Amino acid sequence: MAKTANKQMICEVLMEAAKTDKDIVALCSDSRGSGSFTPFADAYPEQFVETGIAEQNLVSIAAGLAKCGKKAYAVSPACFLSTRSYEQCKIDAAYSNTNVKLIGISGGVSYGALGMSHHSAQDVAAMSAIPNMRVYIPSDHLQTRELVRALLKDEKPAYIRVGRNAVDPVYEEGNVPFAMDKATFVAKGEDAAIIACGEMVGPAKAAAKLLEKEGIRATVLDMYCVKPLDEAAIVEAATHAKAVVTVEEHAPFGGLGSMVAQVVCRECPKKVFNMTLPDAPVVTGTSKEVFDTYGLNAEGIAAKVKEALEIA
Amino acid sequence: MNLKALAYELRRDTVDLIRAGKAGHIGGDMSVMEILVELYFRQMNISPENMDSPERDLFVLSKGHSVEAYYSVLAKKGFFTKEQLHKEFSKYGSRFIGHPNNKLPGIEMNSGSLGHGLPVCVGMAKAGKMDHRSYRVYTVMGDGELAEGSVWEGAMAASHYKLDNLCAVVDRNRLQISGGTEEVMAHDDLHERFNSFGWHVIDVADGNDVDQLHAAFEEAKTVKGKPTVLIANTVKGKGSPVMENKAGWHHKVPSDEEYAQICIDLAKAEEVALVNGARDTNDVARANCEARANDVMKANEAARMNANEEVYA
Repeated sequence: MAKTANKQMICEVLMEAAKTDKDIVALCSDSRGSGSFTPFADAYPEQFVETGIAEQNLVSIAAGLAKCGKKAYAVSPACFLSTRSYEQCKIDAAYSNTNVKLIGISGGVSYGALGMSHHSAQDVAAMSAIPNMRVYIPSDHLQTRELVRALLKDEKPAYIRVGRNAVDPVYEEGNVPFAMDKATFVAKGEDAAIIACGEMVGPAKAAAKLLEKEGIRATVLDMYCVKPLDEAAIVEAATHAKAVVTVEEHAPFGGLGSMVAQVVCRECPKKVFNMTLPDAPVVTGTSKEVFDTYGLNAEGIAAKVKEALEIA
Repeated sequence: MNLKALAYELRRDTVDLIRAGKAGHIGGDMSVMEILVELYFRQMNISPENMDSPERDLFVLSKGHSVEAYYSVLAKKGFFTKEQLHKEFSKYGSRFIGHPNNKLPGIEMNSGSLGHGLPVCVGMAKAGKMDHRSYRVYTVMGDGELAEGSVWEGAMAASHYKLDNLCAVVDRNRLQISGGTEEVMAHDDLHERFNSFGWHVIDVADGNDVDQLHAAFEEAKTVKGKPTVLIANTVKGKGSPVMENKAGWHHKVPSDEEYAQICIDLAKAEEVALVNGARDTNDVARANCEARANDVMKANEAARMNANEEVYA
């Protein structure tokens, strides 16, 4: 199956909706190319707002548009959108409760060798800490399509983080289990639970297959809805598992791993092993090279699960 | 309606509110009052009845710390009662917090952190252009606020998109919390700065004169193809020599003695405005005005006696 980047899928869904909904507005901060939004800008120039390289302004203008009935999709690199415009996200989007969807493109270490200025390894922690801000990290383009269709139906702010590169689909066309704010069970097994989000779901699914060859059955939970966190799914996955491993493209603090640990600690206490990026500027390289360095791949996840089972 | 007198009546309400809540940015409340009065009682198409209309004018108080003046104006406009406001302001669990909060009727956007109002209003004005609506968008910024870079991001976008339905006002009272604006971060060439960003700039010599403000807002409505900014030269703490032009009154609750003097000064100014207003009206209106002036003086005397009793109790 042809690969499609999640950001491209967001643009396609919005273009489809914009055919009949003139209140959909996309905003870019000189980021229409990197965000795959050039087709939208070309097709719907009356529904597109360019703010120039001014991410704070991007979010505030989106909030002003939303206050006047627009469905504002602010598309900008996750690194800038989540921290440079953090206060605008907090006040103008979340606190004022405007219908602003913040699309953080090229999230995590998507920009590879461009360095820490272009990496967003803090965005989940930062955005999740804002009251009234939801945080979604879809795993593949099919789930992204379902998510954006669902988001078009509500009028609340949200932050959606997607990667730069097209990844292998986790799901199949025609068979995309999706319920809003409910995590998706990609695999079920009683030995271990792997809880992942975003680009880490694919390697987690592959890890479960590797483990299966060794007789270890693992649940794989796609926690695309980091906030509101699907606590019931975590409890379901973790209760009977001997070990819980979380995998995310984020710093070790305040991300999915921290959140899962909070829930497991309270509801079904056991050891939770967090696989994350390091608390340091990451090694220079492509996304894949960065992931491989820190074990954020199928082999690394499988090894971590086995290690966890031995300790547990 | 005598807006000059109304500004002083609302100043008295605002000082009372600050005393009731035991907190408030009183200096900026006093400087911004005529700007708010002119906007809410003569310029803008806003009322409790039309807040759901997509054609209403839109307002964001970017200098959100002047919320006590704003609340007093909104109460007078009928969005909530003065009694409720004075009872709840700054109290535990209240919606009447120390910065604008859009859970309250009449308030569009939350503010408090500076440098947000103008960019948000750019979005509102842009939406108006997209939908071919006739509403206008207004924001009031403080002069110290202009050090925020986001103001200039918004200023750039407003002229880029030719938002002639957007009118910003700078409450140029020349003082901020640490002292004079020119000492803290100089920007006296404000006219040139906005001009160079593609704005139509109107200097309002006396930003505490509703007639001058009225003329400026009317001029702004005639400007096509670019946004307008009013640089309203105001007096921080306007209305009483106790407060005027004193940086220490940026955030302060008047003592009993200061309160008594402020009440006298504000009542006198309101009386002058009422009597002056009566000169241009008919006899009935004059009689009403004079009766109102007497009421004001009596209220002032009572407030002063009350304050004295508290001082000497």
